Amino acid sequence: MSTLVIKDLHVSIEDKEILKGLNLTINTNEVHAIMGPNGTGKSTLASAIMGHPKYEVTQGTIEIDGQNVLEMEVDERAKAGLFLAMQYPSEISGVTNADFIRSAINARREEGNEVSLMKFIRELDKTMDFLEMDQDMAQRYLNEGFSGGEKKRNEILQLMMIKPTFAILDEIDSGLDIDALKVVAKGINEMRGEGFGCIAITHYQRLLNYITPDHVHVMMQGKVVKSGGPELAQRLEAEGYDWIKKELGIEDETVEQAN
Amino acid sequence: MTVETKLALSAEEVSSFSQSNNEPTWFANLRATAIEKAAELPMPKPDKTNITKWNFTEFPVHTVESAPFNSLDELPTEIKEIIDIKGQENLYIQRNNTPAFIKMSEELKSLGVIFTDILTAVREHSELVQKYFMTEAVKVDEHKLTAYHAALVNGGVFVYVPKNVVVEKPLQVVFINDNKEASLFNHVLVVADSNSSVTYVETYVSTVEQSQGQANLIEEVVALDNAQVTFGAVDVLAKGFTTYVNRRGHLKRDAKIEWALGLMNDSDTISENITHLVGDGSLANSKSVVVGRGVQKQNFTTEIRHWGKNSEGFILKHGVMKESAQTIFNGIGKIEHGATKSNAEQESRVLMLSENARGDANPMLLIDEDDVMAGHAASVGRVDPVQLYYLMSRGISKAEAERLIIHGFLAPVVNNIPIESVKAQLTKVIEGKVR
Repeated sequence: MSTLVIKDLHVSIEDKEILKGLNLTINTNEVHAIMGPNGTGKSTLASAIMGHPKYEVTQGTIEIDGQNVLEMEVDERAKAGLFLAMQYPSEISGVTNADFIRSAINARREEGNEVSLMKFIRELDKTMDFLEMDQDMAQRYLNEGFSGGEKKRNEILQLMMIKPTFAILDEIDSGLDIDALKVVAKGINEMRGEGFGCIAITHYQRLLNYITPDHVHVMMQGKVVKSGGPELAQRLEAEGYDWIKKELGIEDETVEQAN
Repeated sequence: MTVETKLALSAEEVSSFSQSNNEPTWFANLRATAIEKAAELPMPKPDKTNITKWNFTEFPVHTVESAPFNSLDELPTEIKEIIDIKGQENLYIQRNNTPAFIKMSEELKSLGVIFTDILTAVREHSELVQKYFMTEAVKVDEHKLTAYHAALVNGGVFVYVPKNVVVEKPLQVVFINDNKEASLFNHVLVVADSNSSVTYVETYVSTVEQSQGQANLIEEVVALDNAQVTFGAVDVLAKGFTTYVNRRGHLKRDAKIEWALGLMNDSDTISENITHLVGDGSLANSKSVVVGRGVQKQNFTTEIRHWGKNSEGFILKHGVMKESAQTIFNGIGKIEHGATKSNAEQESRVLMLSENARGDANPMLLIDEDDVMAGHAASVGRVDPVQLYYLMSRGISKAEAERLIIHGFLAPVVNNIPIESVKAQLTKVIEGKVR
């Protein structure tokens, strides 16, 4: 079992503090949903864990099985087992999807022990079929000209090929129609198991109809303010967030947002 | 200090070189007129690059003798890699100034295709060469360097594809430079007659580290009505050359040309790629990629000039600049009066890998007609940190991520080189240069 522990995390972007002391522990074989209204720091958490260059961690720790994640470069974090399915994946012209994914897999392997091309293609074909993606997307340039839904599927394709220990899904459900959402959820459910833990960031309960979370956390003002089981998500769907604000005496749930 | 232009060869020497080749009178006369004009004509003025101190005229020796290759087995390994030794049916290899190897399939011979070195063509296909040699695309008296070239032509290729002939397999040309004293005054003339189609791919490759010579290269492509030409080139000339390379297209009605140019010289280089869309409905697609390094100075002008109605021109130029390289990218879409319903599009992008490198993209649209479409996009910048972050978030190291982004940036030309072995060589050259 692996564990990702986030303690007292404070994160700033351009000198504005967005996360203000966030705590979260997740184990493999668990799915955690992080919910909350817009502007409460959910995506900042995802970017800070992965090491986005614009986000500065000013206080607190992130560790995987005792290893200090904050000291690692972005690629080292990935190799330590982290994966972020991004809300806005970059488009990279001239690099085919297949070449990119193969480079990512080989980056985890010793020189001379690269994945064989045939084996790679077989697995890629199989996974693309599973995610109901056109085979020609393997030879298209990375995310270039992909629709919003295609980009999200492509993130899940990478997730399934790379097989990280912990995946963070940053609003993987935004902009998806119901069919695409089902496919994306199918991919994530396929990954669930002993060696895999997941943080699903969303502000819609809808995703959680397809990926049943073990734990649900609500973020406001840059912190986790309430945690519970799947029933918490259902209550949020039925009643919204106001009852939590009232309960906790919060007037404005947002943090000052850059961008 | 201005350098006084001293021509390295006298009119007498030009004449005796012509005689030693048994050239027909018209060609001997063309050289004689050209050497006179070369003395008087002004230098070209590439936009935004001052070349007054560049030496374009002096060189150690006009022509060097090199041994031909009796078989392809004799080729150095690095040249063998460029050629599909078994599969390539149509191949011309020039070693410095010597035609060193030629072969063409029986099928093409029987169809009347001509594929031979330029000086042989001048003798054996005199009328045909005379009709197109610096008459349509490039003129002898444009400036000092065109005239100098015409006077001193000492190599190159002639390709003629007769009417209605479709050449399925590419013609490959390799210009090897393995003598540091060699100067290259290569003239390439490709004539695609009506309704014909041909793919031509050339490579300039120096196996010497440092040259003392001139490279004054003029390449003309004339595509007659409805002809289609795909022209791939990879230039990898050594430091020390002063390179002037002029690749010009001249397209008649409904003709099409695809240029894919990998401009990887280590020399100071002035490169022009101009296509005249003379005929209605003609189309040019000009793609070039450049890597500049060291203290190299380069100027690349790509121009598509629309004369014909409904003509279409697309320019794409991507450059990577490192170390202290300085490069100017001029992109010009010019629509002449009367070229209605034409479309001129261009995109110039420069990727800077060092603080000291300089790259300027100058897109220009010059339009003398109302009923047209035109557009341009230009950018100069560094590797996008968000793209790097994305790639690295999958476990790819920073160096490898940068490598992927740079190769991707240069892919539009690499992927359009029509011969696999040349494509692989271009990839390898890029690999070596951006490392």
